[in-house]
Amino acid sequence: MIKNFLMNLLLSFIWVALTGTLSYSSFVFGFILGFFVLWIMNRNEEDRRYFYRLPKIFSFVFYFLYLVLKANIQVAYDVITPKYFFRPGIVRYPMNTESDFEINVLSTLISLTPGTLILDVSEDKKALYIHVMYLTDPEAFINELKTGMERRLLEILR
Amino acid sequence: MINIILAILSTAGALAILFASIGILRMPDFYLRLSVTVKASSLGVGLLLICAAIMFPDDASVTTKSIAIIFFLFITAPIAAHMIGRAAYFTGIPLWKGTIVDELDGMYNKETHELKSDPKDAIHKSTGKEDDQIAETDEETR
Repeated sequence: MIKNFLMNLLLSFIWVALTGTLSYSSFVFGFILGFFVLWIMNRNEEDRRYFYRLPKIFSFVFYFLYLVLKANIQVAYDVITPKYFFRPGIVRYPMNTESDFEINVLSTLISLTPGTLILDVSEDKKALYIHVMYLTDPEAFINELKTGMERRLLEILR
Repeated sequence: MINIILAILSTAGALAILFASIGILRMPDFYLRLSVTVKASSLGVGLLLICAAIMFPDDASVTTKSIAIIFFLFITAPIAAHMIGRAAYFTGIPLWKGTIVDELDGMYNKETHELKSDPKDAIHKSTGKEDDQIAETDEETR
C-alpha cells in the first residue's frame, strides 16, 4: 500500500524531471500516468488495495463537494427568504469508528457540511452529538449519515 | 473561457460570505448562527482562494500557498465551531423555541464535565417543558 504510493510519487517526480517543467499540471499528469503504469505492472495479486483506494478517495472528494454545495444552497435559500423552513435539533449519533483519527476525520467532515454541527464527543468515544438544522426524523438522519458519509469514509481509511 | 470560470467561482464565493453575514443577523438562536457562519464563510474563502490559484497558473508559489491556506482553514474551522458550540451548550445558552429534539439534555455531568453516551445513564434529565434548555419565546434567544 504505502510502497505503491511512494513508487507512484517517484514516477511522477521522474516525469517532472524528464519534461523539465515544475508545475502542478505536469506533476498531476505524471502522477496519473504513474498510477496506470503501476497498475499494469502490478504482479502482486494479494496487495491491490492501493489501486482500488485511490479512485475511491477521488469519488469521496466529489461526493463531499456535492453534499457541501447542496446544503449551502439550502441554507442560503433559507437565509434570504423571509420564512424559516428549518427544524433544528440535537441528535445522538452512534459511531462505528475505532481510532481517534477516524473520529477526528468524521467529525471534521460532518462539521464542514452546512446544517450539521458537532457539539461534543462522548467520553467513551461511542457517540457524537450533532446539532442538525433540517431534522425531519432523527432515525432517518442517522441512517442517511451512516450509509452515506461514514460508510464511504471507513472504506477509505481501513 | 478561463475568465468565465473565474467570474463564476468568485461570485459564488462572495455570495457565500454575504449569506453568512446575513445569516448572523437573521438566524433565531446562537447555535444556528454559529452553524450558518462557519460553513458558509469557509466555503466562500475556499472558493476565492481557488480563484487566486487559477488566476496565476504559471506561478507555483501562489497555488502552493492557496492550497495550504485552504487545508488549514478546513481543518481548524470545524474545531473552533465545535469548541464554541460545546461551551455555549455547557453554559446553558437556550435553544430556539422551534427545536424539535434535544438528545444532549441531561447527558453532561456538570461537576466532572464528563459526557455519557448511553441515554439510560442520563444524570439530570429535565422532566418538563419548563426546565429544559429549549426556549419558550423568541426573546430568550435574541
